[in-house]
Amino acid sequence: MEHILTLGFLATTIGATWRLATPIIFASIGEVVSERAGVLNIGLEGIMLIGAFVGFWTMYETGHLPLAFLAAVLSGVAAGLVFALFAITIKANQIIVGAAINLLGLGLTSFLFRTYLVHTGQGVRIAPAIDIPLLSGIPYFGAPLFKQNLLVYSTLLLPPIVGFLLYRTSFGLTLRAVGEHPKAVDVAGRSVALYRYGAVLIGSGLAGLGGGYLTLAHANQFVEGMTSGRGFIALAVVVFARWSPAGSFFVSLLFGMFYALQLQLQAEPSIHIPYQALQAMPYLATIVALLLVRNRMDAPATLGVPYRKA
Amino acid sequence: MAGQTLLRIENVHKRFGAVIASAGASIEVREGEIYALLGENGAGKSVLMSILCGVLTADEGRIVCRGVELQPGSPEEAVRRGIGMVHQHFMLVPNLTVAENYVLGQGSPLRVLSHMKAVSARIRELSDKYGLDVRPDALVRNLSVGEQQRVEILKVLYHGIDLLILDEPTAVLTPQETDRLLELLRDLVADGKTVIFISHKLDEVMRVSDRVSVMRDGKVVFTTDTSATNPRELARMMVGRDVLMELPREAARQGEIVLSVRDLACNNELGLPAVRGVSFDVRRNEIVGIAGVSGNGQSELALAMSGLAPATAGSIRLNGEELCGLSPAAINRRSFAHVPEDRHKMGIVLPLPLTENVILQRYNRPPFSARGLLRSRAVEDHTRDLVQRFKVKARDIDVPIQTLSGGNQQKLVVARELARHPDFLLINQLTRGIDIGAMEFVMQEVLKQREAGKAILLISTELEELFAICDRILVIYEGRIIGEMPPDRSRLDEIGLLMAGKEPSARSAGSEPVRVH
Repeated sequence: MEHILTLGFLATTIGATWRLATPIIFASIGEVVSERAGVLNIGLEGIMLIGAFVGFWTMYETGHLPLAFLAAVLSGVAAGLVFALFAITIKANQIIVGAAINLLGLGLTSFLFRTYLVHTGQGVRIAPAIDIPLLSGIPYFGAPLFKQNLLVYSTLLLPPIVGFLLYRTSFGLTLRAVGEHPKAVDVAGRSVALYRYGAVLIGSGLAGLGGGYLTLAHANQFVEGMTSGRGFIALAVVVFARWSPAGSFFVSLLFGMFYALQLQLQAEPSIHIPYQALQAMPYLATIVALLLVRNRMDAPATLGVPYRKA
Repeated sequence: MAGQTLLRIENVHKRFGAVIASAGASIEVREGEIYALLGENGAGKSVLMSILCGVLTADEGRIVCRGVELQPGSPEEAVRRGIGMVHQHFMLVPNLTVAENYVLGQGSPLRVLSHMKAVSARIRELSDKYGLDVRPDALVRNLSVGEQQRVEILKVLYHGIDLLILDEPTAVLTPQETDRLLELLRDLVADGKTVIFISHKLDEVMRVSDRVSVMRDGKVVFTTDTSATNPRELARMMVGRDVLMELPREAARQGEIVLSVRDLACNNELGLPAVRGVSFDVRRNEIVGIAGVSGNGQSELALAMSGLAPATAGSIRLNGEELCGLSPAAINRRSFAHVPEDRHKMGIVLPLPLTENVILQRYNRPPFSARGLLRSRAVEDHTRDLVQRFKVKARDIDVPIQTLSGGNQQKLVVARELARHPDFLLINQLTRGIDIGAMEFVMQEVLKQREAGKAILLISTELEELFAICDRILVIYEGRIIGEMPPDRSRLDEIGLLMAGKEPSARSAGSEPVRVH
């Protein structure tokens, strides 16, 4: 038990938190963009899974890591395009379309994996850790925090970039207006549908990247259903973070912490809690978090509502 | 001052399915005038203006502005030609600031918003010029309706518009705000702008416009200089027949007391006292009016009476039975009907069809329900009956009620409540949002209920409405009834004083019941 209270344990947990939060950071910040434009994409889970699979397959075939990540992003965009076609152009119910995308993601990746890749057995080379000079030499905290792969570091840049896009550009202003009062945008002479497509594609591209991270930076293997709810957790993060990119970063870290703790505690021989209970921690935390968020006032006014002219 | 022709709309046709919204409408607007477009709801005014702004595309016809034909269906083109509209439902994003709303949709999407300081400065400059008191960094959602409208008007000016179209701009304003708006329109014209003013309120049109056209059934039926006409003529043109400005009614009869309110008090949403000890009786064959400037406790009084908010003190008796403490459903079942103030919030469910809206209170009782199942035939027959009797304009009875105009929604709500044959009818704002022809009709229906022996309480901010049908008028001020007046137009000044809280005599009223005659 006393092991838990050591600096070493703390440092490792923080490092693992950041690493485990990374896919959720990508997916949730992407979803912030989508939801700010009024489109609720609950298909994140399926899109992440598609990204994870396509990234893995590309890596397996080509051995080219940047290309594999690009493929993960593009596959996410493609899945997002299917979602957008139904949810925006055809104006179908967004929840139903999102659920369909989730089923599609799970079914399609499992089918393709079993058909083509199940016998491969071996893993792929994953994104290498980059050692930041000096910082990684800090006692205790250096190694866990400053020997991460490039994607983990990039999560520091994502909130300011997306924040700038949303709050400091004409595009972002219009995008937020589309989520609040689409008719006003229409009357101002801008296409509501075009902005919603843009938002969904940005969101699903980031979700695809988050999925690719799982097979190309986290594990080196694809496993059926390996996102195991991360897409849904990202949806909860967005609500808890009140649709803010920076907020989503920090809330994702909070959930990453539960993943990290659950892993660390499982490895701790002195703790006698069934590992299933520990594994449930991130999900329990999601439920508790959503119970705590009572104020839904900040939600974009037309979230989930298709826009019809006149 | 009115110069040469600025704009001509020629022979515009537009239909939506089977509904003809515009049947060859033509108008001509001159430079530097206030041109009023008058007509009942559904006469085609808004559709015509939407076509002018490029939001809708006409099936036929053309629009010529300063000698150049407008490209149809292009809002950008309309704005380039200096045509802009202040919509009845504001096109402002509540979560953005005023300045952000002004730059929305302007310039390249990739533009970085580094010029907001300059935008704000320009807004302040324009705001000062017209005395509009618009603050560029205020969040729109924190502004009152009147302020939002000024923001909308300034937005149009900011975009360099010199032909302003205002769609029913006074519908949401208090009388004072209306005065201020009409003054502003005069200032704009003096500054070289041209204004198209859409309305169905005759007095405003008479007060502010230079010329007026009347639309009926998608056509322009009458155009004249405002100085050459009068409200009676305009009303006749709008409705297509003479309108009774004075409704005939039987002399008051003294029936027994149906509803008796004693020392009623209740709080507002914030928990502050809103009604402070109100007492009055309403008898059979009687319409009692409650006049007052909006916000003096009328809303809370209606909520308390209908069980939607708890009374903190006092009693309400209907046919001798105490209503205080009963649920709204229980009050509903007790021969108590209610036409609420805000039909969207309390009167109807917008996405539901007419049929289901009509049976909102009675869906689980015969004849609309049997053995736990809805009897759709009975519901449809009843709805069709109401729609026909009240001349509600609707494509069908199973369309969502939100597809109806506000006036037709209100007619259906009134029809529904009257059809319940209540002993007592509480009406909060009878004619809000409905046009002259319908207004006269609805008032006559309410008078019929009076002749049929009902007791009616009419809360209204429209004095004309109260004068037209009430037997006596109580004036409410800061949650107290501070006086009673006969419905006599010649005593308008006294009522005005009472509404402003100035008691003409020192008589203490409010805690003791006010009696008739």
